Amino acid sequence: MNGIPISHILFLSTALFFIGTYGMFTRRNLITMLMAIELILNSVNINFIVFNKYLWPGKLDGVFFTIFIITIAAAEAAVAIAIIINLYRSHRSIDVEDATELKW
Amino acid sequence: MNYADYIAWIPLLPLAGFVLLGLFGKRFFKQYSGIIGVFILLVSAALAFYTAYIYFFINGYEDGVYQKLIPIKYVWLQFYSGTSIDMGILLDPISVMMMVIVTFVSLMVHIFSLGYMKGEERFSTYYAFLSLFTFSMLGLVVASNIFQIYFFWELVGISSYLLIGFYYDRPSAVSAAKKAFIVTRFADLGFLIGIIILAFEGGTLDFNTLIHRLTDLQSPEYIAITTASFLGISVMTWALTLVFMGGAGKSAMFPLHIWLPDAMEGPTPVSALIHAATMVVAGVFLVARLFPVFSINGASLLIVTWVGSVSALFAAIIACTQTDIKRVLAYSTVSQIGYMIFALGVARYGGEAGAGYTASMFHLFTHAFFKSLLFLGAGAVIHIVHSNEMKDMGGLRKLIPVTHITFLIACLAIAGVPPFAGFFSKEEVLLAAYNSNKAVYGIALFTSGLTAFYMFRLYFSIFWRKEQEHETHGHKLSLSMKLPLIILAAGTLLVGFIPFGKFVSSDGRTLESPFHFEFSIAPVLFALAGISLATWIYKKESGRSQKLAAALGGFYRAAYKKFYMDEVYMFVTKKIIFNLVGKPAAWIDKYIVDGTMNGIAFSTAKVSGWIKGIQSGKVQNYALYFFVGIIVLSIVILYLWK
Repeated sequence: MNGIPISHILFLSTALFFIGTYGMFTRRNLITMLMAIELILNSVNINFIVFNKYLWPGKLDGVFFTIFIITIAAAEAAVAIAIIINLYRSHRSIDVEDATELKW
Repeated sequence: MNYADYIAWIPLLPLAGFVLLGLFGKRFFKQYSGIIGVFILLVSAALAFYTAYIYFFINGYEDGVYQKLIPIKYVWLQFYSGTSIDMGILLDPISVMMMVIVTFVSLMVHIFSLGYMKGEERFSTYYAFLSLFTFSMLGLVVASNIFQIYFFWELVGISSYLLIGFYYDRPSAVSAAKKAFIVTRFADLGFLIGIIILAFEGGTLDFNTLIHRLTDLQSPEYIAITTASFLGISVMTWALTLVFMGGAGKSAMFPLHIWLPDAMEGPTPVSALIHAATMVVAGVFLVARLFPVFSINGASLLIVTWVGSVSALFAAIIACTQTDIKRVLAYSTVSQIGYMIFALGVARYGGEAGAGYTASMFHLFTHAFFKSLLFLGAGAVIHIVHSNEMKDMGGLRKLIPVTHITFLIACLAIAGVPPFAGFFSKEEVLLAAYNSNKAVYGIALFTSGLTAFYMFRLYFSIFWRKEQEHETHGHKLSLSMKLPLIILAAGTLLVGFIPFGKFVSSDGRTLESPFHFEFSIAPVLFALAGISLATWIYKKESGRSQKLAAALGGFYRAAYKKFYMDEVYMFVTKKIIFNLVGKPAAWIDKYIVDGTMNGIAFSTAKVSGWIKGIQSGKVQNYALYFFVGIIVLSIVILYLWK
């Protein structure tokens, strides 16, 4: 593993982040948007792990943060999917552009 | 028993009655509200009489002076040390006397109303209001603090408003109630400013301390208030005149008397209680309460004297021309209160010079009896005839004999015929005026003739003039209506013999007021002349009254129209105040104040219209703005922020 230079891994996380952002901005389907957010979160996780491993190998802080983020992402997914289900029940659609009731 | 054990119940019982009848009366004991009210007042009146007995005969009189006792005092709102609004009870001869009058007349009116208001839809509300009034008036007379008096002063104002407007489905009653409230409020503005000046200069709101400081010629407060001046008149005179303005408004003195005749729209027993015997003498009471201060300020006493005597004459002239029996009585009340006021004005502090003070209080005391009797009698007449107008009456003497006799007694009393109560008190008033101001004495003497004339004009118009032609409308006077008339008539016969100077005087010492036989000849002759003239004109239907009116011509018409006072007020308010003050103020409010606010709202709406497109409501747009913002910030922080 030491053979892989840090820049490769950072390149991977940056790529994941931008793919997630792109998905976030272009998709209208809420589930796809949720998936895009997961990608963004995971790119952050990779960053934490890799900096922990390469810069302060004796410490565990980055790992702890990653575990936190995974936990929160799970909770967030549960809440988001509950919202999506309710939205589907009331609108028969999970397109973000269809929920316009509170618009001015 | 100590005073403190029971004295608070005298005002608090009527308050409890008000709460009980006001909240639950209509629903739970509609039939019995009258009985409950009478019972409460009976207890209260008994306590008041007991207090008077203890005060005057057992422990009030010490070292040759009637003491000013304060059995109860509760500091309510403290501004700073020494200046606070207290709720307290002050016992001195005039407050004890007023307590007796208020509870007694109120009890009579409560009993009378049992018959008079029977079958009324808002019977229990009526009794609740009567109790509220009684509570407020008792709180006013026992006040130990000048702000407490103001507080209860406004409370009697509001109860008077509620009772004048009791028949609120009549537009005339509603406007009369509003008129009474607004006119007295206007006067109370002066009262409040006067209180504030006195409190500021005297450094206290407590009556005893205030009077003590402002009458001590050496005290720094006295020197400060007399040396300071405003518009060339000393602040002391200003303060007392403003306080008197409040009193004149409540006591319906010229030129603030216009509300009282209209206040007759209320039920007649209410007129007897509030607008004849108790509330309208509050102004007299106020001047009497502050009398030591008034007495060292000649200018304000002069104002008091002339306002009183002008009102006495002016109202008596109008009373001769009115045809509504309650309005005649209302103007007669104004005239009699004028007597009390000028009697205070001609008095000085202490000794023989204070005879006017005793006379004023004596007249207040006797007037409460015979004027409430007159009003209750008028109420009985109205109850039978269903009209206030003289032309609908006449020849009633056989139909309602009890009312007839008691009314006659009251008329003789107010006319000043011996040995009825009014004779003695009026003698003392006239004597006090004679000893200090001959012009006022002349006016008062002439007015007493007029009083006799208009009272007997009223009496003959109601009970004689034509032969009986009335149906009783199935109404009979019940015992509850006859009883108060009889009790009050007995009072009118007896109270004149009380040696009043023994109990009430300006400095608390007893004052001998020997009866001057030779002095009483002139007033009695004037009274008899007035009575004979009235008998000649009004006893039988004759053309004499019309001839007299025609002979007096313009003067009669002016008096009939109440000297156009209402029109003058209307002109001043509508033409001058509304046009010159109201309209410009309304214009500024509409176009400048409102215009500014509307302009701000309009421009906000416009700007929002332009920029609301940014708020697309699409979550991804917002995320994009956020993202772009972060990138811009990152670039700025990383590369440009050096």
